[in-house]
Amino acid sequence: MATPAPSAAVDAMLSTPVPAADMLIVMPLVLSFLFGSVLLMVRKRVEWHGWISVPGFALVFAADVALLFKVATGGPFTMMMGSWRAPFGIAFTLDLMGALFLATAGFVALAAAIFAVVSVDRQEKRYGFFPFLFLMMGGVSGAFVTGDIFNLYVWFEVLLIGSFGLLVLGSRHAQLDGTTKYAFLNLVGTTLFLIAVAYLYGVFGTLNMADIARQAADRTENGAVATIAMLFLVAFAMKAAAFPLNAWLPASYHTPRFVVSALFAGLLTKVGVYALIRVLVMLFPAQHAGMAGIVAWIAGLTMMTGALGALAQTDIRRLLNYVVIAGIGTVFAGLAIPQAVGAAPGALASGLSGAIFYALHSIVVMTALYLAAGVIARRTGASTLETVGGLWRESPLLSALCLVFLLAVSGLPPFSGFWPKVMLVRAAFAAELPWLAAAILVSGLILTIASARVFAFAFWRPLPQAGGTDTEKSGDFNASVPEHPAPLLPLVALAAFVLAAGVWPEWLSRLTTAAADGVVNPTAYIQSVFGGGA
Amino acid sequence: MTATDTGPLFLVLLFPLLAAALAPLLTSALGHRAAWPLALAPAAAFAIVAANGGGVSAGQPLLFGFDWIPSLGIRFSFRLDGLSFAFALLVTGIGAAVVLYAGGYLKGHPGQGRFFSFILMFMAAMVGLVLADDLMTLLVYWELTSITSFLLIGFDHERERARRGAIQALVITGGGGLALMAGLILIRWATGLSSMSEILGSGEALRQSAYYVPVLALILVAAFTKSAQVPFHVWLPNAMEAPTPVSAYLHSATMVKAGVYLLMRLNPALGDTAAWETILPLFGGATLITGALLALAQTDMKLILAYTTVASLGLMIMLIGAGSETAVEGAVLYLLAHALFKGGLFMVAGSVDHGAGTRDLTALGGLRRAMPITFAAALLGALSMGGLPPFFGFLAKEETYSGLAGLDTRALILTGVAVAGNALMFSAAFLVALKPFLGKQPETIHHPHEGPVLLWIGPMTLGLVGLVAALGASFTHHVVSSPMASAVMGEAVDIHAVIAFHWGVPLMLSLLTVGLGIALYLAAGPVRAVLQKAVTGVGWGPDRGFDQAMGGLVRLAFSVTRWLQSGRLDFYMTTVFVIVAAALLLPMIAFGGLPTVPGVPALEFYEWTVLFMAAAGVILVLITRNRLTAIVSLGVQGFGVALLFMFMGAPDLSFTQFMVETLSVVILALVMTRLRVAVDDHRPWIQVVPDATIAVAAGAGFGLLLLAVTQMPFNAALSDFFIRHSYAIAHGHNIVNVIIVDFRGIDTMGEIGVVMVTGLAILALIRIRVGRRAPAMPDPTETTP
Repeated sequence: MATPAPSAAVDAMLSTPVPAADMLIVMPLVLSFLFGSVLLMVRKRVEWHGWISVPGFALVFAADVALLFKVATGGPFTMMMGSWRAPFGIAFTLDLMGALFLATAGFVALAAAIFAVVSVDRQEKRYGFFPFLFLMMGGVSGAFVTGDIFNLYVWFEVLLIGSFGLLVLGSRHAQLDGTTKYAFLNLVGTTLFLIAVAYLYGVFGTLNMADIARQAADRTENGAVATIAMLFLVAFAMKAAAFPLNAWLPASYHTPRFVVSALFAGLLTKVGVYALIRVLVMLFPAQHAGMAGIVAWIAGLTMMTGALGALAQTDIRRLLNYVVIAGIGTVFAGLAIPQAVGAAPGALASGLSGAIFYALHSIVVMTALYLAAGVIARRTGASTLETVGGLWRESPLLSALCLVFLLAVSGLPPFSGFWPKVMLVRAAFAAELPWLAAAILVSGLILTIASARVFAFAFWRPLPQAGGTDTEKSGDFNASVPEHPAPLLPLVALAAFVLAAGVWPEWLSRLTTAAADGVVNPTAYIQSVFGGGA
Repeated sequence: MTATDTGPLFLVLLFPLLAAALAPLLTSALGHRAAWPLALAPAAAFAIVAANGGGVSAGQPLLFGFDWIPSLGIRFSFRLDGLSFAFALLVTGIGAAVVLYAGGYLKGHPGQGRFFSFILMFMAAMVGLVLADDLMTLLVYWELTSITSFLLIGFDHERERARRGAIQALVITGGGGLALMAGLILIRWATGLSSMSEILGSGEALRQSAYYVPVLALILVAAFTKSAQVPFHVWLPNAMEAPTPVSAYLHSATMVKAGVYLLMRLNPALGDTAAWETILPLFGGATLITGALLALAQTDMKLILAYTTVASLGLMIMLIGAGSETAVEGAVLYLLAHALFKGGLFMVAGSVDHGAGTRDLTALGGLRRAMPITFAAALLGALSMGGLPPFFGFLAKEETYSGLAGLDTRALILTGVAVAGNALMFSAAFLVALKPFLGKQPETIHHPHEGPVLLWIGPMTLGLVGLVAALGASFTHHVVSSPMASAVMGEAVDIHAVIAFHWGVPLMLSLLTVGLGIALYLAAGPVRAVLQKAVTGVGWGPDRGFDQAMGGLVRLAFSVTRWLQSGRLDFYMTTVFVIVAAALLLPMIAFGGLPTVPGVPALEFYEWTVLFMAAAGVILVLITRNRLTAIVSLGVQGFGVALLFMFMGAPDLSFTQFMVETLSVVILALVMTRLRVAVDDHRPWIQVVPDATIAVAAGAGFGLLLLAVTQMPFNAALSDFFIRHSYAIAHGHNIVNVIIVDFRGIDTMGEIGVVMVTGLAILALIRIRVGRRAPAMPDPTETTP
């Protein structure tokens, strides 16, 4: 480890000013917090909120895309907070995996913000809908750009508290019940994460992830380190809603506004997945290989219980809750491909590349499906399969969009869910885990059945005459709200991604492959933090 | 191969897609007459394929394509050889006929534009499927045919049966698609072969592979589901809910043959093994007999044809697996003949429905005067289907029999099955083609009429092609059938069958077939009665089996989900902590990371006192029954820890801990009074003991891990750095403060944000009120329906 020369200020701090281009890395956070604060100041001018928020999220997305472009062309880069040298100050380090998650998150957040402008009522805007949204996005962005594991914990807390705000906004009974379970279980998960960070500091004496990664290589097998890795696995599996720690998700995601469900389903679990990949693959490679079998079992059980759960539900949003879980299982399958002997060279990278691809696909498609469910609920005044119907004739554009999303989530071509499944099945065969490949395919078949059922009921079947039976409807069911074209606009944009990644997947698969390589072999990541001599 | 050679062939893939995009516009402008311009797309594609036939019949496959996903080693590539040539001609040729037919059949239907669009999309997928060379290209097109078929079967979407048929087809063929995906990926992984051309050029590579059996099993599941082999055949009759053009095109002439295509394509690489020659004839033969018998139990013309389609597919599969070159030739000829006659007969059934208002044979008769052209088309189809000269079906049957006939047991069984199946299909063919047109017209039919030109041009053309192709048999064989058979066999094959009578076993078998068929036709009524009785007698069929399987799956899903998602927070919490305890203890035990037992530390007596106080607090929490006592005991333990912090020289930390502990006890106690729960914990020991065990296990895990970590050497670089620089550079004596506001200031900023937003969330929670408090419900959000 590079020990700084004693009592030399020049070694404690960076002397050169931060290049302007590197400042870009804080822009998603700065913009999120800035816009959130401005919205709080004008909280009583509700009619301004949309006009401020949509450009705000557009700017965040623009910064995300600029960052992705910078990282894709120039490799990972680091900015040290307060100019303290690594590993003493907090590093913001962005690599390709982080940039991909960041840009995709910015994309769906913009889509959701546009959707929210017309679908959230005045009172909920007045009490902070958009500030919560910006704060949550600040937390999400921070999690993707930070290079410091304690700082990662801080962003987890920020996004968690922002999501609490969004979840309770409206104070309906079902929401409070869902929030209670969400809060308790998530706080346990976050606390486990914090405890694991403390142990990690006890072992490595540092919190900088690049610093840990470069030490990980020459650390021998050790029960305590394996236990710490296992603790991280438990904490992030809980955040990512993996079996059997995922009860909080089906308990809460169907209770708030559709747009809130959409953003939660798209983003929050994926932040857990991102953190798991970052910590397990980059910081604990040896331990990760040792527990690949456990991850494989988690993956298989998550996929199957998720797919079966989707089949058991008749409320569209509850059904989607389980589709989210099945998707998380699929991502875990990519994490389960060990790099141990017997696997083809690069098998981990290819499984991991599939996992990243699938996670990005899942962010977009799950957001889109919940938003579409919101449109369905507004059009028909209902959201259970028994009470919706008649949309095929009434709304061809919505039908086509939903068909695209449902087929994509079932993993059928030519949509975005198909290629990551090909990558994962390949990786599973290469790792001689045929049962894992079978689990991926069978859960895909069950999801196909569930999707076909949704499509047949909501679109093909004529609208039933009897009214809905929901005991407590959320505000989205207000049929008196005049029909507005704005909700379809974000759906079209999301569908464009699904098609682009399905018909011409090369651009994305190239990026995810490079991203996976960057995590498996983090030399460039470490160099960006410590300079060439790492 | 230069780009100029293959450019036009890409148009074959593109034209149907373009037409599909234009169809809604054209239909809203031209109405049903849009069929004429739209049919130009498949016709042009047909012409392009045909123009490239020269090299193909000479045995020169045309390869074209480009790199699609180079990072995954996947190409968008195609192969035009004898097999794909014949299939592409059928798909585009019959496609043109079907588009015209659909123009007449769905005239005035509000969804006609959408229908054209779907059927042309299907055509694009089907052409791609038969031309695909790269395995993943094939898979994509294969799944696309399933998706478009789903949309077409469910076209009449307001009927429950149509929706059920669509879902059933999607589930069965989609499941097969997943098997195909696994099979193709397995081929690639096991042998490194990535395209059909490579597989065909690989000789024994697949047969010798250790993964031959799983590959074969997966490919067969894919082929058998798509080509409706028993017991997967159920989706095909149910797919008859689709409009008749769909039945004629997808579910007889083209898509259902995709499985046959796949087996023909892979025959040179996977065939010629004991497994191949056992499984294929077994399933094919069973399908042939089942399908043909069930056909005679029906009265709906479309259902009769659907079940004979099942039977025909069985016959083709049986012939592919029979193992002789002549049998494969028979399969090739039968496939061509079947596509022509069955497509035509389906259209006839639709025309009869259109003209007379019903498809039920028992309610039909005497239409020959009113619908002469349809009658002629029906006869052309039936004569070929019955295998009578001079039609193409005759050639196929002769070749079939000469390929199967032999004296060993296997040959005798296969021949017997083929004769029986063909005889049954013979009678079915003429039931459809003669019964509605002969005899007396029943009173129930009002004003039967011939359809417009769009309705009869398709079946007439197909019927005549079946006649002309047989009359010019040597030309047909030279251009189409021989190259196709060569591709299936993987070596040059010449088919010589022509319309001529050679006295021999095949002809005798043909005569036997015809004789049996006529007898069955004459006894159609009693035969149907017996078969229907048998079907109702058995009572169970794969169709009901499908429902039972689906029902079972849903019930399983329901009970698993209800068990996992009970709606009880305590259950979830228990699960979490069991997992946490296991995650802490198991790796340490498994990898030997347990800490060494430390010696008794030398502590002052007041330190012992505080330790004892904290430990007593924890133990009291576990054993007390009074909730308030438990809360206070927890506080005692916290105060103990705070005191320890003080002794260790961390006054900031200690002070914070005192604050937190005091507030927690006060708030928890207040909340307890508001919750109106009983003062005492009344849980029985049977619940308390497991909970306590989990708590102790998790606590022990955390403690052991802490011991283990502290026993490892600590890297103090960070602490040293902070001590050294906190005053020198950051100008603060209190290191903790400097860390919070400077070294790690961004963390603090995030935490300030957290506190602020918590306040805002609470404000929103208090200010937004929805009506009165809802009545107490056990769990309003999670009751699974």
